[in-house]
Amino acid sequence: MKVSVRVNGHDMTADVEDRMLLVHFLRDVAGLTATNVGCDTTSCGACTVLLDGESVKSCTVLAAQADGRAVTTVEGLAGNGEMHPVQRAFHEQHGLQCGFCTPGMVMAIVSLLRENPHPTEEQVRAGLEGNLCRCTGYHNIVRAALAAAEVAS
Amino acid sequence: MIPASFAYHRAASADEALSLAAEHGEDAKFLAGGHSLLPLMKLRFAAPEVIIDIGRLSELSFITDEGSAIRIGALTRHHDVEHSELLAREIPLLAHAAGQVGDPQIRHRGTIGGSVAHGDPASDLPAVLLALDATFVARGRAGTREIPAGEFFRSLFETALEPGELLTEIVVPKPANGAAWSFQKFTKRAIDWAIVGVAVQDDRIGLINMGSVPLRAGRAEAALAAGEPVADAAAVAAEGTSPGSDIHASRAYREHLARVLVGRALEEARSRS
Amino acid sequence: MSILGTRVIRTEDPRLLTVGGVYVDDLRAPELEGAARLTFVRSTMAHALITGIDASEALREPGVAAVLTAGDMDDLPPPPPESEGGGEGGPVPVGGPWSEPLLAADRVRFVGEPIAVVITDGGYQGEDAAELVSVDYEPLPAVVGARAAVAGESLLFPGTSSNVPVSRVPDSVDDSPFAGCDVVVEQDIVNQRVACLPMESRATAAAYVNGKLTIWHSSQNAQLCRLILAGALGMAPDQMRVIVPDVGGGFGAKVGIDRDAIIVAWACKHTGRALRWAETRSENLVGMTQGRAQLHRVKIGGNRDGRILAYRLDVIQDTGAYPRTGGFLPGLTCLMAPGVYDLPEVQTSFRVAVTNATPVHAYRGAGRPEATAAIERAVDLFAAEIGMDPAEVRRRNFVAPDKFPFATKTGALYDSGEYGAALDKVLAAAGYGELRAEQKRRREHGGPRQLGIGVSTYVEITAADAGAGESAKLVVADDGTATVYTGSSAHGQGHHTAWAMLVQDELGIPMDKVTVIHGDTDLIPDGVGTYASRSLQLGGSAVHKAAIEVKDEGRHQAAEMLEAAEADIVLDTDTGLWQVRGDPDTALTWAQVAGHASGGTLIADVRFSADRPTFPFGAHVAVVEVDTETGKVTLLRHVTVDDAGPVLNPVLAEGQRHGGIAQGAAQALLEEVLYDADGNPLTSTLADYAAITATELPSFELVSSETPTTLNPLGVKGIGEAGTIGSTPAIQNAVVDAVAHLGVRHIDMPATPERVWAAIEEARAQ
Repeated sequence: MKVSVRVNGHDMTADVEDRMLLVHFLRDVAGLTATNVGCDTTSCGACTVLLDGESVKSCTVLAAQADGRAVTTVEGLAGNGEMHPVQRAFHEQHGLQCGFCTPGMVMAIVSLLRENPHPTEEQVRAGLEGNLCRCTGYHNIVRAALAAAEVAS
Repeated sequence: MIPASFAYHRAASADEALSLAAEHGEDAKFLAGGHSLLPLMKLRFAAPEVIIDIGRLSELSFITDEGSAIRIGALTRHHDVEHSELLAREIPLLAHAAGQVGDPQIRHRGTIGGSVAHGDPASDLPAVLLALDATFVARGRAGTREIPAGEFFRSLFETALEPGELLTEIVVPKPANGAAWSFQKFTKRAIDWAIVGVAVQDDRIGLINMGSVPLRAGRAEAALAAGEPVADAAAVAAEGTSPGSDIHASRAYREHLARVLVGRALEEARSRS
Repeated sequence: MSILGTRVIRTEDPRLLTVGGVYVDDLRAPELEGAARLTFVRSTMAHALITGIDASEALREPGVAAVLTAGDMDDLPPPPPESEGGGEGGPVPVGGPWSEPLLAADRVRFVGEPIAVVITDGGYQGEDAAELVSVDYEPLPAVVGARAAVAGESLLFPGTSSNVPVSRVPDSVDDSPFAGCDVVVEQDIVNQRVACLPMESRATAAAYVNGKLTIWHSSQNAQLCRLILAGALGMAPDQMRVIVPDVGGGFGAKVGIDRDAIIVAWACKHTGRALRWAETRSENLVGMTQGRAQLHRVKIGGNRDGRILAYRLDVIQDTGAYPRTGGFLPGLTCLMAPGVYDLPEVQTSFRVAVTNATPVHAYRGAGRPEATAAIERAVDLFAAEIGMDPAEVRRRNFVAPDKFPFATKTGALYDSGEYGAALDKVLAAAGYGELRAEQKRRREHGGPRQLGIGVSTYVEITAADAGAGESAKLVVADDGTATVYTGSSAHGQGHHTAWAMLVQDELGIPMDKVTVIHGDTDLIPDGVGTYASRSLQLGGSAVHKAAIEVKDEGRHQAAEMLEAAEADIVLDTDTGLWQVRGDPDTALTWAQVAGHASGGTLIADVRFSADRPTFPFGAHVAVVEVDTETGKVTLLRHVTVDDAGPVLNPVLAEGQRHGGIAQGAAQALLEEVLYDADGNPLTSTLADYAAITATELPSFELVSSETPTTLNPLGVKGIGEAGTIGSTPAIQNAVVDAVAHLGVRHIDMPATPERVWAAIEEARAQ
């Protein structure tokens, strides 16, 4: 079927299988490989992107379901060569090690801070319940989220 | 992993969804947010040949005050139930419980109707809606009918919905004392399905994962109705249930948890009211 | 001022944060243009004979190029003969009757074992077609768990006489050291099987490039991959190139190259087609090697004054279906059995058992966390028995600071340590006295939320293969830039930042002019890689050594250019300028100095090896709350001292500690690979395998402590695994401590709510 998705501000149209997952549309059709697949069960959050501004797990959304809608991936976050405050906070707080969970983690936090600009540590942790990281013990990811909230305020 | 092949149809209206369902019969499945169905399809535990996407039926996404009840469109997302000021004021149990479903990403996609129609005894909202004495509205080719929550869940993943029938809305009566609620979801990790969960509204008690269907703690409710103290009602909370044993918990432990959590939920509901 | 020891944020990050890393499955190299997808057909039986494989239906599917089985593998060298020394404590046998095939031919030994590969144009077609390959099995009795394996009623390998390929068990047990003890305590302890779970599952791509079989693989060491591949495929190493792109976590499970990836390389060689393979998580949780999986029996004896006189540890290692690295792990466990204690008598034994489960291999700590878990639990059991505070018992038995280097009864030589100081620091930081007072208040109050305080003190061995060393090549070019070619292999640790810091510190070439290259056997044919917490002390020391050699050569060149004696030439490492001492007008840049050298570059190509391993140590305090009505444990605080010598970059070292603590906590509280009675895995998705998340963890409290070693010029030890080793027993001890007043003396890991509740119920019933 023909699917048209606005990805990071650019319209992307392709003929795809009806069953194509959004994450594969992003990776294989749009060529944006930052968004990773980490599991099969909507558990790990590595594939998190924004769909019309809200975090979703793109492994559990059909490309067809995103037809006509807007998707933002981590590649579309920085503007004018400037990292987004959440990206910058990850850098400054050492919120990433191997980097595999990072794009999903960043997008989950961007969405979280839009909904709750001044979260407590507990709210950040609850907000990340659907994103796994095996490297950082979450310590610096949580600090990065709180630091990004601080910067934004 | 990816689902087996299927044909995708997007319904532009509830009527179109119903006629697509009629056309494709047993081969078809409705897809709302997709967060119950797509994971099963990816693991190939489910392989429908036709998917009818009802996700864009905005006419089925609403939360409205009807005076004595609140009507919620079946396609209202968990996120919207969680953040509804109306629900927070009138039926805080439902708003709170919706905020405990899955994780934020799942709540951005998953819908209350999808959760109910899936009929999973481990799901949070069916037991909550039992405790709230909700009514489900279903639409078929023959028309619309209302099904009380207590008659809706038939057996594991089996509901009262007929083939081709679409759950359209959920009617939740405003509780006598909205503040008299508690939601106890017991998990190993926040992200997990409940090992056991308890939803209390006034003296009605819904149980999560205590059998093949979401159910009410009938014996405990009866004890309360007979004027027995909370501790005595909690002690019989597992009677009449039939929880399973799995890698997360044994049956005996689930029964124990039901007693503890019902006790805590009743205490909390009373302390709030 | 030296940059070493300062907080430098990573140079790796901007790319990973803005466009994402390039992991194997992200590669868009022209050589992989049009590459076919490879999908495995895996065993669905734990133990069975294969009586038939029918691929005809799969072959009729669109896009299916080939289905390959063991029958197609006629171009491989014969399996090696049984290795020498199998049996009593020798190397694990890998050949002969214990041989592990590539694609299974006639027998499968675990669910997930590769049976066939399907090669398709696209990934979706691969999943469809793999489902259609039909395998006929004749079931055999499954050997589930190490005890069943040792009992040996069903054997995994025809031609052998047991399921125990290697063991070290004394002919007779000498119980006399325990005879004179006031108190002797014994306990069976389970150190459960866990999944390594790097966020990036296994992935490999393969193609012929300029006549070379080129393998892109998610690994912790490219060079070892090439060595293993050469042996497995019967090729010369120089016919192959292994490239390691970004790696999404390793944790030991990506050391070298494993069976599935070798099959991918073979399939490329066999078909001549460029291939890609990236496994699903469901495959990963049955196919990737797993960790721990030991059963312990501890016996500890001592006097009521707190002095421990004798300790015995008997280990049974479940190594899974094939005796791979898992067979080596219990040797390390036994080596480290006595921990931080100066014990008059230590006895160990181990048996390695094959079972119908996923093979076991290194997992963060690899053999040492198991040793620490055993003795730290044993010390707590002993302390409880004599009614002494567990911190005090530890203090009375530590190896004293003046005894280093300290030779243990098990044959380790600890280089340096301040065990008492580490414990005192962590107890002070945790507020141990106040915690005990709060615990007492809660116990007296009697509510359902009880406090537990757990202590662990540990020593571990890092760079166990210190003699193998590590390579580094440093090139300073006439544009003033430096390039480091390192044998270490980065997968999240921050090597690129750390190695650039070492170069800047020694040469004054700023970090942003230093490029670090790793993981390509064409560029770095000689290297060892990253595992066993070896990188900084070996790989970093090699970079340091190379920088000194380059500096010496630079001095030589500068002396020639300035017509001065070398002894009068100085390098200002703040500015990176050479000059004659006291004469700033003579200043030369690195670009000028390198430009003067022949070829316009200064090169040092070195290897650094150390005489012996190093032994980092530390102390952890965990504070938990246990709901005694439900058994649910909440980790409230985790406070640690992890002393690995001087810290090169606290940002990186703390990151390693954080991640380690979380993985250790995961083992203590949540994670466990489970099988049913027929050997079917029950935790093969992330919905069932309870990986730890942010909501189960607090922020960690880290206390610094730096006791140098003399075994390398940087004075450093390894930090990568320390957090994992220290945290698990601290948390387990805390859980038991929370309910000790109810009569509980031990709870196995993971301390799930049901297990804790059951332990309380059992104690109450007694």
